[in-house]
Amino acid sequence: MAALLELDDVSARYGQVAALHGISLTVGEGEIVALLGANGAGKTTTLRAVSGTVRRSGDVVVGGRRLHRAGPEAVARAGIAHVPEGRGIFAELTVWENLRMGAYMRRGRPDFRQALEYFPWLESRRHQQAGTLSGGEQQMLALARAFLARPRLLMLDEPSLGLAPLVTREVFRVVGELNQKEGLAVLVVEQNAAIALAAARRAYVLETGAVALSGTADELRANDAVRTAYLGY
Amino acid sequence: MRGRAAPLWFALLVVLVVVAPFLTSNYRSYQLGFVAVYLIALCGLDLLTGFTGQISLGHGAFMGIGAYTTTILVVDHGWRDLWTIPVAGVVAGVIGIAFGLPATRFAGPYLALATFAIPLSLIGILKRFPHFTGGNIGKNLPQLHSEFGWSTNPSIWFYTVTWVVALVMFPLAFLIARGRFGRSLRAVRDSEIAATANGISTALVKTAAFGVSAFYCGVAGALYAIGITYVNPDTFPIDLSILLIVGIVVGGAGSLYGMVFGALFVEFIRISWGPALLDLFSKVHHVNTHAPGSGLVVYGVVLLVVLYAAPAGVAGLVGLARSRFTAVGRPGGAPSQSARTPI
Amino acid sequence: MQTFFQTLFTGLSDGAIYGSLALALVLIYKATEVINFAQGEMAMFTTYIAWSLITHHGFSFWPAFFATLAIAFVGGVALQRTIVRPLERASVLTVVMATIALLVILNGLAAWIWSPQLQFFPSPFPTSSWVVGGVHISKQDVGTFGVVMACVLVLWLFFRFTKLGLAMRAGALNPDAARLLGVRTSWLLALGWGFAAALGAVSGMMVAPTVFLTPNMMQAVLIYAFAAAVLGGLESPVGAVAGGLGLGVMLNMLGQYVHPVTSELRLPVALAILLVVLLVKPAGLFGRVVVRRV
Repeated sequence: MAALLELDDVSARYGQVAALHGISLTVGEGEIVALLGANGAGKTTTLRAVSGTVRRSGDVVVGGRRLHRAGPEAVARAGIAHVPEGRGIFAELTVWENLRMGAYMRRGRPDFRQALEYFPWLESRRHQQAGTLSGGEQQMLALARAFLARPRLLMLDEPSLGLAPLVTREVFRVVGELNQKEGLAVLVVEQNAAIALAAARRAYVLETGAVALSGTADELRANDAVRTAYLGY
Repeated sequence: MRGRAAPLWFALLVVLVVVAPFLTSNYRSYQLGFVAVYLIALCGLDLLTGFTGQISLGHGAFMGIGAYTTTILVVDHGWRDLWTIPVAGVVAGVIGIAFGLPATRFAGPYLALATFAIPLSLIGILKRFPHFTGGNIGKNLPQLHSEFGWSTNPSIWFYTVTWVVALVMFPLAFLIARGRFGRSLRAVRDSEIAATANGISTALVKTAAFGVSAFYCGVAGALYAIGITYVNPDTFPIDLSILLIVGIVVGGAGSLYGMVFGALFVEFIRISWGPALLDLFSKVHHVNTHAPGSGLVVYGVVLLVVLYAAPAGVAGLVGLARSRFTAVGRPGGAPSQSARTPI
Repeated sequence: MQTFFQTLFTGLSDGAIYGSLALALVLIYKATEVINFAQGEMAMFTTYIAWSLITHHGFSFWPAFFATLAIAFVGGVALQRTIVRPLERASVLTVVMATIALLVILNGLAAWIWSPQLQFFPSPFPTSSWVVGGVHISKQDVGTFGVVMACVLVLWLFFRFTKLGLAMRAGALNPDAARLLGVRTSWLLALGWGFAAALGAVSGMMVAPTVFLTPNMMQAVLIYAFAAAVLGGLESPVGAVAGGLGLGVMLNMLGQYVHPVTSELRLPVALAILLVVLLVKPAGLFGRVVVRRV
């Protein structure tokens, strides 16, 4: 299975403070990979390093091609959709306008029907101002918007943040659907290790900016250190 | 400028001021008198812009208010010109506070745009009440002459008066900037939210800064009027306010010693350096160097160049040079220099 | 009664001019949080270009008008790319100073190239009036209002219905999120400057026949435009235009009916109105108070 995304010894810093120290990881085609770790471990920074929102050194390879210091726009055009922490929806625009923005890079008329199959409830909320949606609805909108861009890889930053457990499960269910039916690869950053490991095939555990552990989801669930630190039992 | 060195630099400045008239012509001394005038204005404006972070495009108008106050008192009420100086400052300061009270509700750039309106409004008001202000024609002051039993060239007299006032108000500005009030100013500049959280009333601080800076400009305006011996509505156009801002940036916002450079710049760019630059440019590509507007283009270009190349002005460059020299012992040697030079 | 309507129409015409420039200010502010001090001088400069096309190159009015709009647009884009963009990471103070520098340069350049002498700028509208029910309605007032509103309408349609317009709105709201969707926000900022410059050109060309063309022509208009933008709540394009119209009408009414208020006092009065409104409603008439998370 060819690696869709490959990080090779990637480091990143915020000003003088180093946040990542030589991270290496891969995401294969059609895989769901989870990135776990405590607060400040560097999970979000890893996603930002890929999407070009933070300065990085090291190599980021997408589908065999190196990304050279590309900014977010170029990374998006390379087929990577990044749903950031806080979802990044355009609160003052309507649901429909948000979706149209998702399809911005696409040529011709975008196929909204297909997207709406996964998010049928969006149809009835077309003209609602996006900022008035609930947290879970906003997360779904962000997902739908990201999907409309027809990415090869979806990067999700803490989708469960601020959401009730039931809603979180629904979000992950849709992500799973997109992965199975559309072959969409997913790199998901999560503090909720349990639900992430349930959805993912493989996972990496980050600690203070470096990869501490990696393996299949089963392996990590069985791992004592992971269990006590992140799964709470 | 570290605390201990400051009095030494001031002493140096005093020495230079005392010595200069002996080394140069009377006319040059007259011009240097205006350098003192601009120094006073720039110190005031720097307290507002450099220290409190509020841009004002209208302080030329406060100079105008000071100038008109002095003129009206001298010409219509027979005051002695020197005694009008503090009054001019106070009048300008009060108007500054009156403007500041509502206007400081604006955030930075909006305040700047509102202040842009002050000189334009002032011109309108000056023309509207000609009985009081002399309207379009303006008023003439008596010629400069030395007083207090000292008989000397009017230029030297002017130089002396302006520098005496400047050498009083300059350290005064230092004291203001050093003390608790100065810290509040800088707190407001750096983060209004944090300042408020620390119990500082930002609106009050900004209004006070407006008042103080207007006072300084009023004093400067009074001296200006005394120096050029006439005022009319066109003496204080928007150009002057802009020139003051350019002076602040070139000298280095937030640095009072930088204002000395700024003042020199403001006085000489118009007469000497600007035309010189144009002549230089002319050698490359012939232009009409005396065309109206050419001066403005020069200020604007200089301002842009300074903004790109040395946004902390001359003071910033000096500070950078100093820390390069003193950083020899430090590992890495790189100056940990913030863009704002401390006094 | 007749005076009332005449004053109203003049007010709407003036107000449209203020509103157009106000809209330009708001466009740039919404996208970049920067007030472009040079907006007025850009408008003045492009109006001089129009004048030059008409008087020195034999253009008639409307071709010159549209050519100038195009030139203004390109000029605005170019200015953003060359002068503003390199200062992207600098403090707001520095960027504002840069626009002030631009103001100074354009003002000086106009005087240098075309001399500060007052010039006559032709109006495309006849100077006659329609007489309706005893009220003289100046064709020039109606024409000015119509032209400005047409331009504003076209711009509104662009923002509302086109993909690029939507992207610009999104980019102004949340540039980071927009970039993650592949939007080249940097270029859209330049586009914004282009549109703002074109709006300014409209404002300048409509005001020049009345106030005559000089390098300082737009300084007062800039203040009125700012007052209008603030009255409308700085982030609201609709507010800017409405604020402009309202201000124009109010100033004309005051000038007509309140005798101490003569033309020299127009600007101080506008400033006073602005300060009073802000004391009462700090977010402007249409604005919302923005609550920021610290």
